[in-house]
Amino acid sequence: MSIGSFLLRRLGSGVLAIVGVSILVFLFLHLVPGDPIDHLAGGEATPAQRKQIEKCMGLDKSLPAQFAAFLGHVVDGSLGHQCPDPKGKPTVSDRIAEVVPYTFTLAVAGMLVAVIFALPLGVLAAIRRGSWIDTLATTVSLSGITIPQMMFAPLILFVFFIGLGWSPGPTETGWSGIILPALAIGTHLMAMLSRMTRSSMVEVLGDDYVRTARAKGLPEGRVLFVHALRNALLPVITIVGLQFGSLLSGAIIVEKVFARPGLGTTLLDAITERNYPVVQGSVLVIAAIYVVVNIGVDLAYGLADPRIRRA
Amino acid sequence: MKLSPSTWVGIIMLGLFVLVVVFGPLLAPFEVELHAADLTNQFQHPSGDHWLGTDSQGVDTFSQLLWGARSALQLSLVVVAISATIGIVLGTVAGWYRGVVDEILMRIVDILMAFPGILLNIAIVAVVAKPGFWVMVAALCANGWVGYARVARGQVLGLRERDYVAAAVALGASNRRVMFRHLIPNLMGPALVQITFGFGTVIIVEASLSFLGIGQQVDYSWGAMLDQARSFMFKRDTDWVTLYTLVPGLAIMWVVLGANLLGDGLRDRLDPRQRGRG
Repeated sequence: MSIGSFLLRRLGSGVLAIVGVSILVFLFLHLVPGDPIDHLAGGEATPAQRKQIEKCMGLDKSLPAQFAAFLGHVVDGSLGHQCPDPKGKPTVSDRIAEVVPYTFTLAVAGMLVAVIFALPLGVLAAIRRGSWIDTLATTVSLSGITIPQMMFAPLILFVFFIGLGWSPGPTETGWSGIILPALAIGTHLMAMLSRMTRSSMVEVLGDDYVRTARAKGLPEGRVLFVHALRNALLPVITIVGLQFGSLLSGAIIVEKVFARPGLGTTLLDAITERNYPVVQGSVLVIAAIYVVVNIGVDLAYGLADPRIRRA
Repeated sequence: MKLSPSTWVGIIMLGLFVLVVVFGPLLAPFEVELHAADLTNQFQHPSGDHWLGTDSQGVDTFSQLLWGARSALQLSLVVVAISATIGIVLGTVAGWYRGVVDEILMRIVDILMAFPGILLNIAIVAVVAKPGFWVMVAALCANGWVGYARVARGQVLGLRERDYVAAAVALGASNRRVMFRHLIPNLMGPALVQITFGFGTVIIVEASLSFLGIGQQVDYSWGAMLDQARSFMFKRDTDWVTLYTLVPGLAIMWVVLGANLLGDGLRDRLDPRQRGRG
């Protein structure tokens, strides 16, 4: 199968998944009792104002018509209108575009933290099995997996900002402000990755081709990093890709602790204010990011493992 | 069955947790409901009366910890039981019948996996005006069954080729009998591993939701305690904030660590093909 038809098939099933999530959320929002107009208009809205919001959100139309209108807004890229219309940011995509960079930076920074610490730790632990560094790696990964973000994030902010004064406060927006949030969000992934890298590397080191590489006199560094590591990284790449999504959702807690804007927070706010268009729009964007990342992972797989490329 | 030492540690940790859940509230020295608020006693440090101090309402922290254990266990037991049952049955049906049923189910699984789980939970809980216990259960089960369904389906795809399954079919066993008598009992090992890990996950998700102020608004849930500590981070003294963060945080870690140790041990015992992985 060529790369092209593979991509096409993956894109197809990805679009299917996105449409599925959209329909699910749409139905869900509209079937649950509760009047969004009360929330958006406030208690003292005149009937005329209520009518206006109802019309703006399209709530006066039938369900299928509303869904068709939503699809139309997806096609024209606006993702719908905000009601009531706040000044300057009339469409849902404006509101989302404003926060996506924050979430994206945070997720990428978290991923970097995770990979930078996890790979060396996992590889060293696998090479020196049973040594103190192996014990260290096991301890680090077990604590990283079990420590709840709701405790870790406030603690590091507390220690490094209030206690030691080493890091800038939560409102700092420059690059130095990203360090603590990235650490908070990346720790769990780091723990999982180092564990994965270790066990995958241990397995690969026992394989025949590693013995062959050693037998033919290759330098140990080349055996470890070219022959072994490249194969050991395959399952690690999968986890990295799958977990990118969990970084997006983990972001919601870190965003709260560090008072950062972001996609998760926007969705949470939109749900509490029952702003249907914004909920629909953010869900769509999050699902789309998921799908794109997963396709990227599959492609990365092909690069790392020629066997898959040919298959 | 011979278990590794770390598995025993996990069993003991979870056992202690269950003991606390059963007897803790009986031993709790103070009431934790809102009417127990005592504003003259706010932000106390540990003392003979209040072993772990008090919170912003003057409620005893130690009592909150004990009651919080009960609310965490209740929810996670119910959620894991329901989602494991749904997932195992659906996964078995899909793996046994294959074809259209399998295709539809796996697409649903794909859709649910194409979205961050906790955001879906939030969406479900938040649209209900007054979410109670069962709304939380429904929200957590809505995507909780997916993992079990995948495990069960994967197992059934392997088991269906076994001779004893073929023998059962040849003897005229109905589909239902094959699934419930031959397939499900034989996939329970890997499913049990998934259940153990799932238990830890539910504890974390529940705490995350109450940390975000979503769900049944119980003040003594561990997540709500962490949220309280966070909200007073800049306003109160260091010792109080540290203690009030560590108490519920370490409690969550205790349970999740126990579940992970036990899960790892069970995986090594029950699912030898996975030995040494992950």
